[in-house]
Amino acid sequence: MATLEIRDLHVSVDTENGPKQILRGVDLTIAGGQTHAIMGPNGSGKSTLAYSIAGHPKYNVTSGTVTLDGEDVLDMSVDERARAGLFLAMQYPVEVPGVSVANFLRTAKTAIDGEAPKLRTWVKDVNKALADLDMDADFGTRNVNEGFSGGEKKRHEIVQLELLNPKVAILDETDSGLDIDALRIVSEGVNRFAGQGDKGVLLITHYTRILRYIKPDFVHVFVDGRVAEEGGPELAEELEANGYERFLKAGAK
Amino acid sequence: MSSSDTLVATGNKAHSHGPGSPVPLQARSERPTSYDVADFAVPNGREEEWRFTPVRQLKALFEDAAGTETPKVDASGPEGVVFETVAADSLKVGKPQDRSAAVAWNHAGDAFAVRIPVEAELTEPVHVNVASLGARGFSHLIIESGRHSKAIVIIDHSGSGELGSNVEIVVGDGSDLRVVSIQQGDHESIHLGQHDAVVGRDAKLHHVAVTLGGKIVRIGTNVRYAGPGGDAELLGVYFAEGGQHHENRLFVDHEATNCKSNVLYKGALAGDHARSVWIGDVLIRAAAEGTDTFELNRNLVLTDGARADSVPNLEIETGEIEGAGHASATGRFDDEQLFYLQARGIPEDAARRLVVSGFFNDIIGKIGVPEVTEHLHEVIEEKLARAAELSTSAKAVIGQ
Repeated sequence: MATLEIRDLHVSVDTENGPKQILRGVDLTIAGGQTHAIMGPNGSGKSTLAYSIAGHPKYNVTSGTVTLDGEDVLDMSVDERARAGLFLAMQYPVEVPGVSVANFLRTAKTAIDGEAPKLRTWVKDVNKALADLDMDADFGTRNVNEGFSGGEKKRHEIVQLELLNPKVAILDETDSGLDIDALRIVSEGVNRFAGQGDKGVLLITHYTRILRYIKPDFVHVFVDGRVAEEGGPELAEELEANGYERFLKAGAK
Repeated sequence: MSSSDTLVATGNKAHSHGPGSPVPLQARSERPTSYDVADFAVPNGREEEWRFTPVRQLKALFEDAAGTETPKVDASGPEGVVFETVAADSLKVGKPQDRSAAVAWNHAGDAFAVRIPVEAELTEPVHVNVASLGARGFSHLIIESGRHSKAIVIIDHSGSGELGSNVEIVVGDGSDLRVVSIQQGDHESIHLGQHDAVVGRDAKLHHVAVTLGGKIVRIGTNVRYAGPGGDAELLGVYFAEGGQHHENRLFVDHEATNCKSNVLYKGALAGDHARSVWIGDVLIRAAAEGTDTFELNRNLVLTDGARADSVPNLEIETGEIEGAGHASATGRFDDEQLFYLQARGIPEDAARRLVVSGFFNDIIGKIGVPEVTEHLHEVIEEKLARAAELSTSAKAVIGQ
């Protein structure tokens, strides 16, 4: 069982006016088999948490720890974190001109597994993953995210999630900008991943809509760079009814 | 840098890039050409055609004197190809456009000619190797494709020393000629070359300039059309490393009707004082109705301390054309692409290779000569490995 443990995490970014603190002591434990939803208003630091765990160079961890099964994640390079079993589905996937999806997926799979996938089963796996996310097989010949619609980019992220099959998946606003059909397709992909039983999911979202399709075991409300309140799925229902008003007032006191 | 701050010398009806464009000094067609060295002053670097070039290092190739060596030229090709030595002025398709080309014209001696017979369809490429032996020398090549022939000619420039060269290309009516010129001299070598091509009626020229080595390499490629229906695809790949200056200057002169030109040059730069220059002049004369032209230059700057200049320039004298356009972009290596690939487990060096090979992917696909594209992939890999070493040692220095 994989366990991602985040302890007292403080993160800042450099700005023109010096460093700006964004995360102010985040504590979170995601055990295998659990789905956690992090919800919060804009600017509360949700995405910063996701990118800090993945190791984006823009974010400076000033204190705290992140471990995956006891291993120090913060000490690893971005690619080492991925090979250790972390996956970040990005809110704004990046275009890589001239690199085909097929080449990209095979290169990533080879890096993660430490050996090239078996050709025959791999082609079948890729085609199935694409089909499961309602993407044509010819996406394999297109350049990574180039000319993809917003929904295609998000579905492509989930194709990668299913093929690379990490220990813990962090989904950064994967639901934003999706129409209802795409939301359902993407959610089904996440549920297939989570349904393997031993996988951890950290679902970051602004809206409650996706929680109709993906059932979280735990809901954390994120305000001003830390977890303001935790609970079960009922907390999401309360947010659906009342919004973030209560937490923003509390944060502003 | 944007293209607008280096846009130059456009004609009266040229489209310009808005405010800030310099006042036209001289239309491209009015620039003097001559076989006589004395018609060109020794460049001082302030001239329009020399302002990007390190002229002070080129004194030897501006001097109106015989070479101190004769570059070694050898050639091979499938049966039917004719190789012969002919007088320098036997064709006169090209006319020197600057002093170094005139010096080379006058001191190269006889020209080495490659002729593809009428209606011959060659299955294997013709190879012409021009090796400089370490001193100052000149070469003159002529490539002629006969009517309705089809051929690939690969010119490989290598060695050390200073080379001035002229290449004259005649693309016979209805023929399909692919000329690949590779510049890969030693790291101290200097090569100034001029290529002139005349594209026959309904003929197709693919011209590929691949610059992979040399301290200073400057290739001018000039294309014109002998009749209607001609098509020129002009491709270029370059990768300048620290201290290298790679320059490509193109001039496509549309005078015949219904001709096409498509220019695509892509370059990468890595290392301190790596420098590239791309000048793309296209002139559509009043008579050239039905012209369809596009030119595109892209540069990928991989490290600090490198600089790419890119100047597309279109003069249009008739509105009766199919299309005309240009684009130029110079970008730095995108760290977000690197993060994305690394976040999928791909190690940094492999991720960099993937991004750079992706950048070159479309143009390498168009070159259409497997032995050249394989070689290109290999050399790009080597260059990237050296660039990675540079950045690793730079990090190590910072970390100390």
